[in-house]
Amino acid sequence: MNIIEVQNLTKRFGEVTAVNALSFNVQKGEIFGFLGPNGAGKSTTINILSTLLTPTTGKAYINSFNVLSERDKVRKSIGLVFQDPSLDDHLTSEENLRFHAKLYGVPKEEYKKRMEEVLRLVDLWDRRKDIVKKFSGGMKRRLEIARGLIHYPQVLFLDEPTIGLDPQTRAHFWEYILKLKEERAMTIFMTTHYMNEAEYCDRIGIIDYGKLVALDTPSNLKKKVGCDIIEMKSGDEERLKEELQARYQTKIKEKDHILQLEVQDGERFLPRLFNELTTKIDAIALRKPTLEDVFCALLVAPFGSSKHHRKSGCALAGECTDIKKALLKQNFYVFYSTYHYNLAARNYPLLAG
Amino acid sequence: MFLVIFGAGLSSTLARGDFGVDFIQFMYPGIIAMSVMGVAFFSTISTVWDREFGFLKEILVAPVSRTAIAIGKTLGATTIAVLQGLILLVIAPFIGLDLHLAMIPEIFSLMLLLSFAVAGMGLFIASLMKTTESFGLLMQVLVFPMFFLSGAFFPLTSVPSWMMALSRLNPLTYGVDAMRQIFLHNHISPEVSHRLILHPIYINVLFLVVFSAVLVSAAVIAFNKKN
Repeated sequence: MNIIEVQNLTKRFGEVTAVNALSFNVQKGEIFGFLGPNGAGKSTTINILSTLLTPTTGKAYINSFNVLSERDKVRKSIGLVFQDPSLDDHLTSEENLRFHAKLYGVPKEEYKKRMEEVLRLVDLWDRRKDIVKKFSGGMKRRLEIARGLIHYPQVLFLDEPTIGLDPQTRAHFWEYILKLKEERAMTIFMTTHYMNEAEYCDRIGIIDYGKLVALDTPSNLKKKVGCDIIEMKSGDEERLKEELQARYQTKIKEKDHILQLEVQDGERFLPRLFNELTTKIDAIALRKPTLEDVFCALLVAPFGSSKHHRKSGCALAGECTDIKKALLKQNFYVFYSTYHYNLAARNYPLLAG
Repeated sequence: MFLVIFGAGLSSTLARGDFGVDFIQFMYPGIIAMSVMGVAFFSTISTVWDREFGFLKEILVAPVSRTAIAIGKTLGATTIAVLQGLILLVIAPFIGLDLHLAMIPEIFSLMLLLSFAVAGMGLFIASLMKTTESFGLLMQVLVFPMFFLSGAFFPLTSVPSWMMALSRLNPLTYGVDAMRQIFLHNHISPEVSHRLILHPIYINVLFLVVFSAVLVSAAVIAFNKKN
């Protein structure tokens, strides 16, 4: 069952088209990640879906209610955690929750139980009598999350929910989100800039210039970006290069005395490599495409990156190596050492046997 | 404050004219109406405030009708304004005003109505404003002409017709007019009252009711309309 249906949604602000003919569905119980660079139209889409904005053209349904004509039913079905804080500073955290619960018609007896549940979740139970004004940014954020959950919505919209949270709270938050998904079959629609969080999503939609450029599961998206890379270091570089070229018939790239070999299925290829190579290798690492690679590969401004403030490290999709090169520059060394140890510990005994 | 300055300045001048009424007794209802209006108007700034701080969003996505939001906001401002008016009523006997117990419910209801009307207007303006600065600016531009054209300082019965026309659009005029009639009830002859009073009380009340209804509806529409 589709709990969110978006059909040809377009929103223009004067000259600017913030959302351009967007169409997608979100299934019930799914965690749907909505990614895209700043200003791509994510928040606009959320605002339309949450009835705060009316679309220029197109239709959208939530819980099979039309966001234009059945606003109140839509509003009842959703919970929101906004990008910017939206608490009443003059009230205590408990009062903020009570106000929200009243607005959403949470029964009184239920409210007490739920208030404790959500406040404990975000570790604010001890601060329930404190005025929100005195809270730190992270505490306010946590309170907002608690508030978004208290009426047990069908769909929870999270617009960059974990921004400004410390890693502990963030992990805690995800634990709870996954629990909500499992126990209540709650649908979660979220935007984020943290790629490791996007990994939690069942499906990911990537939006750029108001258009959907990709929509798939994280693993499928990663597959689309292309091949894995094996990086090797050897005392006898020239010989290794020649051997690799001769044996696998591919071009070997070399950079800073590191040889790069592109392969389809890195994990399966590595053992083969160990068995077949005669040249001695000093170090080896396997790098698989991450969602970050997917993100960067898909979101290169077609007419130069000056229009958006994007990292210049990204390269065109398809050009697997170039992306890697750019990213490896930043990430490789950290990865290199950790992966190397893992590999040594796990794979060598197997290979030996 | 207005009372002290204007009262001292004007009472001597006006007293010499054939006015036939105590100046304080004439002025005080105007003062009450003015403060009530000022506070009612100013309190609606909270809507703009909420918008700037994001809290309005939380209210607007909630499954409550826009009418409830608008009326709630208006009543909030009304409450504060009426409290202010009550303080002035409490002070009244101490500065020599002739105030009967029987007048209080009438004045109270009028204060309620006037603040609701003005708060409705404030809310409508606030619903269109994006920042507190622009709201404050617009408020300044509106409030003083409304004060001066309300008849709080001088009777409007003998002013130029352009001024009369403008004051007919001013909700404060009707509030002042109605309250003044109650305050002056036992003090003036019908002949004098003819020179001071514009409309019968029921007309004043009717205008304020219609005015509130129109402006609160306008605010509801403004809340519903999303660019």
